[in-house]
Amino acid sequence: MPKNTIVCRCEDITLEEIREWLQMGYTNIEEIKRLTRAGMGPCQGRTCRTHILRELSRVSEMSPAELTIPTFRPPVKPVSLKTLAGDGND
Amino acid sequence: MAMIKKKATVVIIGGGILGASVAYNLARQGLKDIVLVEKSYLTSGATGRCGAGIRQQWGTEMNCILSRESVRIFETLAEELEYPYGIDYRQNGYLLLAYSPKEREQFSKNVALQNSLGIPSRQVTSAEARDIVPHLNIDGLLGGAYCHTDGHANPFHVTFAYARAAERMGVNLYSNTEVLSIEKDKGRVCRVVTSQGSIDCEIVVNTAGGHAAVIGEMVGLDLPVYPERHQIMISEPVDAFQVPMVICMSHHFYIQQTTHGSFIMGQGDPNEPKGFNINPSWQFSVELAKKITSVLPHLKSLNIIRQWAGLYDMCPDAQPILGESPEVKGFFTASGFSGHGFMIAPYTAKLMAQAILGEEPEINIDILNYHRFASGQLILEPAVV
Ligand SMILES: Cc1cc2nc3c(=O)[nH]c(=O)nc-3n(C[C@H](O)[C@H](O)[C@H](O)COP(=O)(O)OP(=O)(O)OC[C@H]3O[C@@H](n4cnc5c(N)ncnc54)[C@H](O)[C@@H]3O)c2cc1C
Repeated sequence: MPKNTIVCRCEDITLEEIREWLQMGYTNIEEIKRLTRAGMGPCQGRTCRTHILRELSRVSEMSPAELTIPTFRPPVKPVSLKTLAGDGND
Repeated sequence: MAMIKKKATVVIIGGGILGASVAYNLARQGLKDIVLVEKSYLTSGATGRCGAGIRQQWGTEMNCILSRESVRIFETLAEELEYPYGIDYRQNGYLLLAYSPKEREQFSKNVALQNSLGIPSRQVTSAEARDIVPHLNIDGLLGGAYCHTDGHANPFHVTFAYARAAERMGVNLYSNTEVLSIEKDKGRVCRVVTSQGSIDCEIVVNTAGGHAAVIGEMVGLDLPVYPERHQIMISEPVDAFQVPMVICMSHHFYIQQTTHGSFIMGQGDPNEPKGFNINPSWQFSVELAKKITSVLPHLKSLNIIRQWAGLYDMCPDAQPILGESPEVKGFFTASGFSGHGFMIAPYTAKLMAQAILGEEPEINIDILNYHRFASGQLILEPAVV
């Protein structure tokens, strides 16, 4: 992939940025998420986490299956405050 | 994983903002052989789950001073720590809402105390509150308090900035390393046993957040700190339109727009049981959405994208426990932050480092020693969410 490929579309994070943090020694996906915001957008990392995990497995020499993935947090899809409040009429 | 060191001067337990900032302050003062152990990863505890709001509008002198001095440090922290990514620090103010005469009276006392300590807060009428936060629904609002130098920062970058600066000065930082027990010799701490091996040491610093009492038990102390779940949720990022943090104590909620553009909001539940549960609940998001759409109706179309929870390290008087334990020499605690440990960490860590090095801390922190619980000399902080 070219290095300016966008890995996390929600937060506009490029592959190059992810690689920079990995090179600095951040090899835990939880730390990468918190430092770059990759995976903190509306899609909750559905797209980017596989890309990040692949990069991570390359650096850490572990298979993607051995790496833990961040918790999916509710809600599953973005939901508005008024829907949550049960006030669907306005 | 690399082998951990077998010997250290100080072992700090916990990789949250307190652990990282105490490590940095000790190293900056020239102490060698400092180790920090974290059972998971940096910011995995309350620090990485918090709202990261920074306010100086407190009701006890200690909380006022600790937050005022921390604000001074936050102002130049990224430069001090030579952290190239910045810490997203903004001073956009905090607006506290009063819905009862009692609350308004308390704010008036608090503001007088804060002003006497040089904190530029003031009481506001409900119309003034609406000037500060346009679109605020002021039905039933009796007024409030406002301080324009309150603000927020990015808790991840602040912690990593402290940790990296500490590492550059030689601190050894071990993630995935859990403290299992602590050994004593003639009333002094002498060894910390971890999941990765034992470390002989002279001093142990307990900055384990919601787990501080568990660490205290390891040396036979009964610290009155207990964990309590607090939930929080965040919206998608939107253009900046609400500038300050809005807090409503009587309805136990707060909401603030972060530098990144998302709104972060939380609510305390007065009936939350003690315990280590950090599962998010559905009721929380529904209740909070109701309150927010009523006080800030213009936010009703805002989309919530994530919800989570973390532990407050609660203390019965909502003030931290700081200092060495008289019973167990070399055992220092900095915990019991009761929901405001992020904002007071920078100055607290500086004072802790002075105490650990055997110096007189630059302000007297004796009243925050845990002996206050035995003597019953509690000064209750009234302004908590
Ligand atoms: C939802 C929520 C919102 C909040 N909002 C704010 C706010 O707006 N402003 C504010 O100032 N504060 C806020 N707080 C409070 C703030 O997060 C805490 O007071 C602060 O982060 C405490 O930092 P700490 O370093 O003491 O603890 P933590 O960040 O909890 O760090 C303790 C660390 O110790 C580790 N640990 C525990 N046991 C062991 C062991 N046996 N061995 C090794 N490591 C161990 C844990 O894994 C953890 O990483 C909030 C808290 C929550 C939960």
